[in-house]
Amino acid sequence: MDAIILQILNGLDKGSAYALIALGLTLIFGTLGVVNFAHGALFMIGAFCAVTLQRILSLSHPVIDETRTDFLGNPLKVDVPYVYDWFGEATGQAIINWSVPLAILFSIPVMILVGISMERGLIKHFYKRPHADQILVTFGLAIVLQEIIKAFYGANPIPTPAPPAFTGSFDFGALIGFDPNTIIYPYWRLVYFAFAMVIIAGVFGFLQFTTFGMVVRAGMADRETVGLLGINIDKRFTIMFAIAACVAGLAGVMYAPINSPNYHMGMDFLVLSFVVVVVGGMGSLPGAVLAGFLLGILESFASMAAVIDLIPGINQIIIYLVAIIVLLTRPRGLMGRKGVMED
Amino acid sequence: MVDQTTTTPQRAAAPSGSRQGTGLLGLGGKDAALLVIVAILVTFAPFILNPFPETSGLAQFNAGYPDLMQRFLIFGIFAIGFNILFGLTGYLSFGHAAFLGVGSYAAIWSMKLITLNIIPAIILAMIVAGLFAVLVGYISLRRSGIYFSILTLAFAQMSYALAYSVLTPITGGETGLQIKSTDNPLLSNLAPGEIGRANLFGLDMRTSSELEVGGWLFTFNAGYYVAAVVMLIAFYVSIRIFRSPFGMMLRAVKSNQQRMNYTGLNSKPYTLAAFVISGMYAGLAGGLMVAMDTQVGPERMFWTASGEVVLMAILGGAGTLIGPVLGAGMIKYMENILSKINDQVLHQWFAFMPDGIEDFIVTIIHPFTGKGWHLTLGLIFMAVIIFLPGGLVELGQRVGRVFGIGRKSTDASAKTPAE
Repeated sequence: MDAIILQILNGLDKGSAYALIALGLTLIFGTLGVVNFAHGALFMIGAFCAVTLQRILSLSHPVIDETRTDFLGNPLKVDVPYVYDWFGEATGQAIINWSVPLAILFSIPVMILVGISMERGLIKHFYKRPHADQILVTFGLAIVLQEIIKAFYGANPIPTPAPPAFTGSFDFGALIGFDPNTIIYPYWRLVYFAFAMVIIAGVFGFLQFTTFGMVVRAGMADRETVGLLGINIDKRFTIMFAIAACVAGLAGVMYAPINSPNYHMGMDFLVLSFVVVVVGGMGSLPGAVLAGFLLGILESFASMAAVIDLIPGINQIIIYLVAIIVLLTRPRGLMGRKGVMED
Repeated sequence: MVDQTTTTPQRAAAPSGSRQGTGLLGLGGKDAALLVIVAILVTFAPFILNPFPETSGLAQFNAGYPDLMQRFLIFGIFAIGFNILFGLTGYLSFGHAAFLGVGSYAAIWSMKLITLNIIPAIILAMIVAGLFAVLVGYISLRRSGIYFSILTLAFAQMSYALAYSVLTPITGGETGLQIKSTDNPLLSNLAPGEIGRANLFGLDMRTSSELEVGGWLFTFNAGYYVAAVVMLIAFYVSIRIFRSPFGMMLRAVKSNQQRMNYTGLNSKPYTLAAFVISGMYAGLAGGLMVAMDTQVGPERMFWTASGEVVLMAILGGAGTLIGPVLGAGMIKYMENILSKINDQVLHQWFAFMPDGIEDFIVTIIHPFTGKGWHLTLGLIFMAVIIFLPGGLVELGQRVGRVFGIGRKSTDASAKTPAE
């Protein structure tokens, strides 16, 4: 029993990342009708926003420290971050430690900018072209984006630690009456899950309870009619693209401490997220979230030693296997709507 | 892609034209000319691809060494096969590398166990890849559009993951398979401890003869010419498929599958046949790869490898005959040549400039060459998709039209050099 709960918990953080990326993909597909292969790159850019902010905050200048000397007896030079000078040492250190959560604020404008320029600069020219062209051009864009990141940050993963307050693990088992230390779970992953839930709730709330969201939903259902009613639907869809980019970016920022960002993390997640979207049902937002968590949890179940003993290699293929079965038995995916991408 | 519908009637005229002309091997005049041109280019490639003397600074742009030329041909075959599926039927497979990998594994086992002759290895590779394609195709072709892409991707990723982990006894896992000194194939008489080499009835694939003329060094490699013959046969078969009634059916699937079904034709056997043929081409490429370089690893099946063949076909011109070969050549050339240009070479080139400007230019070019060649590839690829949906072939046509080489009516010019 405790093993099962542990696996469910383990699946949650990866499932959250899948769900957030798949949510963005579905938003873009549902509004603009574009299959965006560069969405994984947006996730990656988000993660590198965290890296960048951390580097900016740690920028330092050398100061001669008279109190300490090196082995030759000369005064030692120490690097002092600029934030120490501005905010004092204690606050400065705290700011650097909390760079990942702070990067949320930093990444939002960056991602909105990236999203809008991507949509206006490239994707809008592809609305009328076949899906294959959209896939290919965004695939090309993804290659370009990840190579740019590689040119700036190198090919190695860059460790980006979470704030010290979240470094430990949480004894979940003790809370619900199991023996202590049977079910332990890193705090940051718990934070990630909560964060993902907030974002998902935010996006759904935005679409459901605001006038803007209502117009967007109307546009998703029947773009032409909304346009005929005199509403500039293109502008709203551009904003939705920026929001989707933000969702992916935020997912990336918060994922940085879990998995050190490297330039190909976007592509790794993208392939799986696409499978998630297709399993959930193209164009269905609840389907994307549901399938994200489902596949994340299934993946972690399949990694249990007992399961691997039973069916060797299952942990490697489970997601694809599920995708094949779902696609063949429920052609529209778990919660796909009628008439969306049924070609 | 935009003009796909408009070009269909023009292409429709092509088979009837080729049926009238009974030129070379039953090909119409233009197709025969294309085949002959390709044959000549391939035969003299060791010269053509070696335009710079060894001693000159430009020698690094030479592509005339056997290893790279073999890769041009092998990936050319792979891309031709992919194009039979994507170019004709419009089904975008994102998992084609799986067939290449399966073919490679089959070929190396044939060499390890049966004989070091490459002919049985290649045939076995095609058969195994074809059977695997029947299985994958039968399931994947139940859906179309992006679902088909995801299904093929899923199968390829599963093959990769399994080859990497569970199937290690068959695939050698992460290290892959090589021919070792302990392998003693049934139909060979190797001395104990001798490492077998791939051969064609005794002709070692690595035999090379060199020719030195002035500053030039030309290498003629046995393996290259074997691959060249195979590639020409593959190219010929693809021309015949393009011009056949079967090819017409596949185009019908692309332009309007629904209408095709309404006229009482079942499109499934046609698409499945195209998928299997295309998988066998990939298997052939995989078998040849093993024949040239007797080793194989699972990374050959990773989805990036599948993405690469998509890039090749699109870059060259999907749905055209020569396009995929051009695309494959271009990508492999860039991979090998562009990636060799490091900072040192750049500084050498711009050494004639004042230091400040030199450094500035080198800094600008630096991200696009050497390890960053993927960036250049991505940019070119995007440019092609945006401006030239017909790929390099379309570029050639447009340039031809500007200089008045193409005929006046687009009707005639669109028909051929493209195909």
